[in-house]
Amino acid sequence: MKNQNTVFFVRKEFAPSRPAPASTVGVLGWIRNNLFSTPFNSLLTVVVGGLGAWSIWGALDWLIFNAVWVGGNEACKANPNGACWTFIGTRFDQFVYGFYEKPERWRVDLVILVLFVGVFWTGWEKAPARRWAGGFMLILFPWIAWGMLYGGIFGLPIVETSQWGGFILTLVVSLIGIIVSLPLGILLALGRRSNMPIINSTCVFFIEFWRGVPLITILFMAAYVLPLFFPTGMNFDQLLRALIGFAFFAAAYMAEVVRGGLQSLDKGQYEAADSLGLSYWKSMRLIILPQALKAVIPGIVNTFIGLFKDTTLVLIIGLLDLLGMVHAAIADPNWSIRSVPTTGYAFVAITFFTFCYGMSRYSRFIEDKLNTGHQR
Amino acid sequence: MKKLFLSCLSIALLGGIAIAGGHEKGTLAAVKSKGHIQCGVSQGLPGFSNPDDQGNWSGLDVDYCRAMSAAVFGDANKVKYTPLSARARFEALRSGEIDVLARNTTWTMQRDATLGLEFVGVNYYDGQGFMVRKTLGVSSAMELDGASACTNTGTTTELNLTDFFRANGMQFELVAFERADEVVAAYDAGRCDVYTTDRSGLAAQRTKLSNPDDHKVLPEIISKEPLGPVVRQDDPQWADLARWTLNAMINAEEMGINSGNVDSKRSDSNPAVKRLMGTEGDLHEAIGVNNDWAYNIVKQVGNYGEVYERHVGANTPLQLGRGGTVNDLWTNGGLIYAPPVR
Amino acid sequence: MTERAATTSILNNSEFRRILYQLLIAALLIYLGWSIVENTIANMEARDIRTGFGFLNETAGFSIMMSLVPYEPGNTYGRVFIVGLLNTLLVAGVGVVLATIVGFLVGVMRLSQNWVVSHLANIYVEIFRNVPLLLQILFWYTAVLKPLPGPRQVFERNTEIYFGISNRGITGPEFILLENFSFTTWTILLGILFTIGMHRWSKHRQAATGQQFPVVFVGLGLIIGLPILIFLLSGAPIEFTPAKMGRFNLSGGITIIPEFLAVLLALALYTAAFIAEIVRAGIQAINYGQTEASRALGLRNGTTLKMVIIPQAMRIIIPPLTSQYLNLTKNSALAAAIAYPDLVATFAGTALNQNGQALETLAITMTVYLSLSLLTSAFMNWFNSRVKLVER
Repeated sequence: MKNQNTVFFVRKEFAPSRPAPASTVGVLGWIRNNLFSTPFNSLLTVVVGGLGAWSIWGALDWLIFNAVWVGGNEACKANPNGACWTFIGTRFDQFVYGFYEKPERWRVDLVILVLFVGVFWTGWEKAPARRWAGGFMLILFPWIAWGMLYGGIFGLPIVETSQWGGFILTLVVSLIGIIVSLPLGILLALGRRSNMPIINSTCVFFIEFWRGVPLITILFMAAYVLPLFFPTGMNFDQLLRALIGFAFFAAAYMAEVVRGGLQSLDKGQYEAADSLGLSYWKSMRLIILPQALKAVIPGIVNTFIGLFKDTTLVLIIGLLDLLGMVHAAIADPNWSIRSVPTTGYAFVAITFFTFCYGMSRYSRFIEDKLNTGHQR
Repeated sequence: MKKLFLSCLSIALLGGIAIAGGHEKGTLAAVKSKGHIQCGVSQGLPGFSNPDDQGNWSGLDVDYCRAMSAAVFGDANKVKYTPLSARARFEALRSGEIDVLARNTTWTMQRDATLGLEFVGVNYYDGQGFMVRKTLGVSSAMELDGASACTNTGTTTELNLTDFFRANGMQFELVAFERADEVVAAYDAGRCDVYTTDRSGLAAQRTKLSNPDDHKVLPEIISKEPLGPVVRQDDPQWADLARWTLNAMINAEEMGINSGNVDSKRSDSNPAVKRLMGTEGDLHEAIGVNNDWAYNIVKQVGNYGEVYERHVGANTPLQLGRGGTVNDLWTNGGLIYAPPVR
Repeated sequence: MTERAATTSILNNSEFRRILYQLLIAALLIYLGWSIVENTIANMEARDIRTGFGFLNETAGFSIMMSLVPYEPGNTYGRVFIVGLLNTLLVAGVGVVLATIVGFLVGVMRLSQNWVVSHLANIYVEIFRNVPLLLQILFWYTAVLKPLPGPRQVFERNTEIYFGISNRGITGPEFILLENFSFTTWTILLGILFTIGMHRWSKHRQAATGQQFPVVFVGLGLIIGLPILIFLLSGAPIEFTPAKMGRFNLSGGITIIPEFLAVLLALALYTAAFIAEIVRAGIQAINYGQTEASRALGLRNGTTLKMVIIPQAMRIIIPPLTSQYLNLTKNSALAAAIAYPDLVATFAGTALNQNGQALETLAITMTVYLSLSLLTSAFMNWFNSRVKLVER
């Protein structure tokens, strides 16, 4: 027993920790854990990954590496295995402005510029006077934009709506839909939750009707039947009629989103507002709606995305929006080349994807921000 | 609650204004006050109404609208164009969105009698034909049993085609599109074996195919398609103006008045020419225009023959030679004939 | 003074105000409705437009490229309506099945531990969700299906074709079921009935004893395996008639037209992206504690998924799923853009155009879609109340 102290070695400090096996850390470990953890997983990785890589490579090859970037239709004819971007290039002005008169196009540019600045200003958290910008964009901007585009004010010559087309028409239709649908949707949602039977049933009927039929039948109705509803001699042009139908359709969808927000609020909020002696509109404006709308911002943005995509349907009643312009342009016999239709559609798809994906990322970002209070 | 009330009130007021807003006014007066004629045209049919890259319209139908503008305003350029699909055209006219429809529209009894429309004449006598690829080796429409046929939806063409195949006991597959350029694209891509529409339309759309020379038009004509401008039935004065605009163009050709010699013809001693040129009589007042209306038409747009040769004649891509066809003047054995101005 | 107090009090009386506002709204609505009706009647008279539903009994006179029921150009507009409706239901029905399969697959792939798989699924969802459906339909039709070679390039004249693809569609043989086929039909029906019974029995037994029974495998065997056996034993009583290449087209056989394929593919792939999101959200909504609890009970992964996660997730998934199905049905109206003869293209399109009665035609069309959507909401309410009961 006595000798044990000298014979046995007692380690005083821990052995230095060895690095983890190379197969579990770093790139290799990550690959092993995420891609090849089981035989089935490995198979999946190889098969699905192979397919994915093959199609992504094919798409990139077609879209970028093998595409025709310069030259005319001859260059595209010579190269059938790549996108024909020169087609988009030669027609680009038409795709953006439609048949909008050339000398007046600066008006469109100005409206688009103000729109983007305004949207970024409103959307950026730290921007100064953000509320003012938001109010301007929602209330004043639509009128100014319409005045700028249509003309007749500030001494601008009138550009008929039949000359509008391309991306600018897409923007007009979607913006009008969004701007009209928000207040109308809130009113409808409040009406639907009202306890007055006539108001309630009117709103329910309105919402269910517009939500229950396809947008395209609404557009047909607006195009072919709406004129019958008004006295003779009173006309809206085709674009305005389509806008009316589109805005009501949008409002019905918006109403359901807002209703979700109203329902998600605790009953205590309503009771608290009442007990403070606030009138109905005051309690809505100060207590209920700010909370309810905040809760459904992602839903509202998703509805915007849906509406933005749905603007393409005006093509079917003969309005030439961005898709309509491209669809018409690919019928041009000078560009009757195999790669042209796909290029045209890819161009529209990329445009829409950029906007919709941007909006959905923004909505995800807001969602995460709003969720912080509830996370563990 | 006060706000709800106010908003209700304002909606009610707006609604009231909206509904009380319209009032009856003749088309001519409305056209004069807005300063242009709104003309419904096709979405692009070379020779009849077709926009160029800049969005400028030209064609036989377009020139008819320009002639109306010349008659009303003394200026052929006060026309604005609304491109319309076959489906949308009649409602656009009835609703007052357009003032006149010049969109290669076939005059039929059903349209004339049940749709509230008035056809004012015929500016092109057409008939439905077939176009096929030369490689098919087809020489007659009677050999088309089992073929796929592309055409426009909602046209008389669609019905005639069905009748033709049924009458001859042949099978076919109908592929009908809304827009003319979709029909052409589908035919060009080989979705169908045969493309059928009015023969003028075949000639026009053929220019849009990738290889026009690979296609041929079959000899059969399976229908009568008198194409003409249309106006609303409820305004007889406007209809008269529309009718006599067309008649003036035809009469001018018959009298040998064209855009080149019209100034000298103004002092012609022939009473018929004098009446047309407005130097004698006051018939122009009945249709609500100035006495130089026909002069302006011929001076700025041309007579019927000039317009025909300019847009669809033998020297155009459509190559629809006029001599010996029904579209020649009646004096040359054709059907183009106008009642006299007197 | 007293009089004034009385008037203010009645204006402040909430009951009175309720009634007043409602009367105002009602009066406004009636006024609007009345003026619309009156304007419409006046306009229709002034424009000499025919009214009424008499046109449904008149001859249509045009032909339709695809119909599930026999249709002749000599049939009535009423028949056109039925043909269009069935075509809509067909593309919507097949679309729903396809979208569900793809959607669930992609949704599960998004939750996969495998990085490649989940990211590819994510790319799929983002691309298909953020590109307009109409564009996708046009893409499939114009850019994918139309450039296929024509039948004259693919098939020799007068040859018999059992399966072929061209720009006129996918063609397969026509089949006739012979008399003996009824044995197979009966076997399938019996198999289904027996499987349902077996499912109930196994549930009871599991509740009582905890023992499981492989219902799925036995059921599949009964519904698919046994009928195949019977089919072969009864001498394969089915006759295939191949299509024959004529001068222009294949005649005979069954052809799925490219317009149908384009609409179907676009609808299914587009809706699948949304379904995938719903499935992912539904599964993720289940608290991880549920998985841990079932692990603690010693359940295997498969069993956990089948008995714990999916039943709870389905409750969250089904309501939005139903509304996606409804959206798909409504979106099928876009078929009008590429000449697929659905309800909107044939009835609210060609028929409307030939008879000019826009108001009646569109009213009928909208009623159809509205009824479909009301039926769906009714189902949703029923389902919600049912799952609520289960939840207590």
